[in-house]
Amino acid sequence: MSATTAAKSDGFSLGRLLLEGRAFFALIAIIAVFSFLSPNYFTVSNFLIMSSQVAIYGILSIGMLLVILNGGIDLSVGSILALCGVVAGAMMQGVTLEWAGVILYPPVWAVVVLTVAVGALVGALNGVLVAFFKVPPFVATLGVMYVARGVALLMTNGLTYNNLRGSEALGNTGFNWLGFNRLWGIPISVIVLAVVAILAGLMLSRSAFGRWLYASGGNERAAELSGVPVRLVKITVYTVSGALAAVAGLVLASQLTSAGPTAGTTYELTAIAAVVIGGAALTGGRGGVRGTMLGAFVIGFLSAGLVIIGVSSYWQTVFTGAVIVLAVLMNSIQYGRGGRKS
Amino acid sequence: MSAQTQGAPDAAEVVLAARNVAKSYGNVHALKGVNFDIHRGQVTTLFGENGAGKSTLMKILSGVIRPTSGQIILDGQPVSFASANEARDRGISIIHQELSLAPNLSVRDNIFMGREIRGPLGVDFAEEERQVRLLMEELEEEIDPLTPVEELRLGQQQIVEIARALSVDSRILIMDEPTSALSASEVEVLFKVIRDLTAKGVSIVYISHHLEEALTITDHAVVLRDGTMTAYAPRAEIDLDWIVRNMVGENYDLGSPPDSARRGIALSIRGLSVPDATGKDLVRDLSLDVRAGEIVCIYGLMGAGRTELLETCAGRLRASAGEIVLEGQEISHLSIAERIARGLALVPEDRQRDGLVQTMSVGQNLSLASIRDFTRGLFTSRRAERKLIEDSIRSVTVKTAGGAAPIGSLSGGNQQKVVIGKMLATKPRVILLDEPSRGIDIGAKAEVFRLLAEGARQGLAVIYSTSEVGECLSVAHRIVVMHKGRISAEFDSTVTKEKIMAASGESVAA
Repeated sequence: MSATTAAKSDGFSLGRLLLEGRAFFALIAIIAVFSFLSPNYFTVSNFLIMSSQVAIYGILSIGMLLVILNGGIDLSVGSILALCGVVAGAMMQGVTLEWAGVILYPPVWAVVVLTVAVGALVGALNGVLVAFFKVPPFVATLGVMYVARGVALLMTNGLTYNNLRGSEALGNTGFNWLGFNRLWGIPISVIVLAVVAILAGLMLSRSAFGRWLYASGGNERAAELSGVPVRLVKITVYTVSGALAAVAGLVLASQLTSAGPTAGTTYELTAIAAVVIGGAALTGGRGGVRGTMLGAFVIGFLSAGLVIIGVSSYWQTVFTGAVIVLAVLMNSIQYGRGGRKS
Repeated sequence: MSAQTQGAPDAAEVVLAARNVAKSYGNVHALKGVNFDIHRGQVTTLFGENGAGKSTLMKILSGVIRPTSGQIILDGQPVSFASANEARDRGISIIHQELSLAPNLSVRDNIFMGREIRGPLGVDFAEEERQVRLLMEELEEEIDPLTPVEELRLGQQQIVEIARALSVDSRILIMDEPTSALSASEVEVLFKVIRDLTAKGVSIVYISHHLEEALTITDHAVVLRDGTMTAYAPRAEIDLDWIVRNMVGENYDLGSPPDSARRGIALSIRGLSVPDATGKDLVRDLSLDVRAGEIVCIYGLMGAGRTELLETCAGRLRASAGEIVLEGQEISHLSIAERIARGLALVPEDRQRDGLVQTMSVGQNLSLASIRDFTRGLFTSRRAERKLIEDSIRSVTVKTAGGAAPIGSLSGGNQQKVVIGKMLATKPRVILLDEPSRGIDIGAKAEVFRLLAEGARQGLAVIYSTSEVGECLSVAHRIVVMHKGRISAEFDSTVTKEKIMAASGESVAA
């Protein structure tokens, strides 16, 4: 085993460079191909539009990355996104307190805080199920996925909250700021993604918690015996994933100025795909924010490009699937040989 | 060395022979040229400590791996097996220490797994069942072919494994530690089966750590040490002393107890009991005091409760009764992390499973248990971490390309030093090491024990466990022998190997 490792690190080969930077090269290739095929692709305005679409998947996939680094999976983020959108929508429409005979219209900042809190709470439920009740992450989050979706449908009776702009008189305007406004010409949603990505990156590379996360994902037993609070780490990653799903839900509802209970269906799969394309190992302990961001942009830019050159949406699905399979294949080439120990 | 290779100690026909068989993994020589014969209808036992090369040799004989050099001769013909299946087709079967049965399937389905008898309507279950009944009659065991394996006692499961080997007409049966999990009565049954098999001309290769038990059944003994065969002789010429002498060797220096000042009691275990999942006590009402600067060795066989004792002290397992007192403070209710913070560290037995994070670098593994020491506010300090890693690499003498090297690039001995270095970096007052020498070569062993002696000189209380008697008589001031969850004897460092083995239950005749 040591012989193969040595041989690997000896030569600096092109194949190895391509393998390690595969998500980056894939993104370059996608941009090059579509710029060639369509004059509308390689423009600043198109990149900004595409990026604001990527933002939602990107925010979800950072939460997903944390969970996958821990060796888990979170299937509930799409549903949490919808639930949180609906919760925010309900608050924007006014919360009726029958016993007091009043309708409360909380200001937008309160809506945002409460919505994120709801997402974090649902995420924490995932974490407790996994860490304390030893429910396998796949099953726990699958259950929560259904429950959250069901609650969202119940809250709205299956309908969609439209017109979330609020009104001047009620003092709750500004909800659409998140989805429509720009700072220095950049959509707010992209800035939110950048801030989330930078914070997550710092946490992973520079904080004690990040090291705990990599260690407990790589070998939970060894981490525990080294004094790592493995349960706390678990609950935290699911909580953060839930909170980020709420943020994504807010961004989406704001972009659409409406919140429906069926929003975000299958988004969890896109987020998983972004993490995998970014080179993270589904077994935990390997991966990073940079890769995951590249993965999210690969998926987003690919599907946007296919739309722009007029490929049917059925073909888009086929292409996305092919990219995911290819990415996993590359991951197993990169980790498969070195990963196994005698 | 005292190699007593005699031509033909017995008149019985040689069915399988190893000639100069050697096996290397890179620079690690697991087996360095071994010669011996297996005779028809007789039992040949392989003796040797952990890491002596027994399992490598068995894997070669059963076709699981191929030797780097040397020959295997079956019925006078040199053979080379491409796989374990090919060896099985030629009549060589192996029964591993961990049984390879599917617990949810019936005895019948297990025995015919992968080579089901086909009938016109799929599998011919009736024929399979009939054959299993015949086999069980032959083995004189009353096991119903339709019982799920999980409902059988361990001894019976072993019989099922043997039946499976016999069902493919094995002439040579290799058994790895077949008695380690059996009760005394089950051992009796197994030995009767072995005698019946040999009477029918089946040759048995037997591996066991229970020396005296093995002596009651064997016809020939092969002793391995560090990949070399140190002795080969028929039963009539050997006794327990002979085996131990050849297993352990005379010039086997792992240091001597350091003349450290032994101060106050650092760790005190009082009346500790640890139950397993079924409520049976693995550690029973055990008390032990260890002083600062003292090195205590815990010797015992597999299943004596050493690992459970150490893991309970470290906080991995929960005790059902008793106290663990660290420097005057009861710590039973604390978490693993809190115990580490108070100065109690464990180096676990299985470094791959419990000691190392394979996805991280050498440096990250070394610093894992002391991240708080180089965290400034929210973030870790890279400079402080690098200093800690460099200090650790130097103090435990890890041979590595640097802190950034992948942990998998190190040899077993250096990986073990990383695990020890990781726990020493937490600046413990008491360190527990569960089989610190397992699976590492003799040079690395000596270095590990030198580290322990060095720690004791600086006032560290050290407890290490071992199943190799030679390692008791190295740096330990005191040797505690565990047997079935209790301390069966306590010795100072002048004791003999034979006395230690006797107290462990190793020489209790079956």
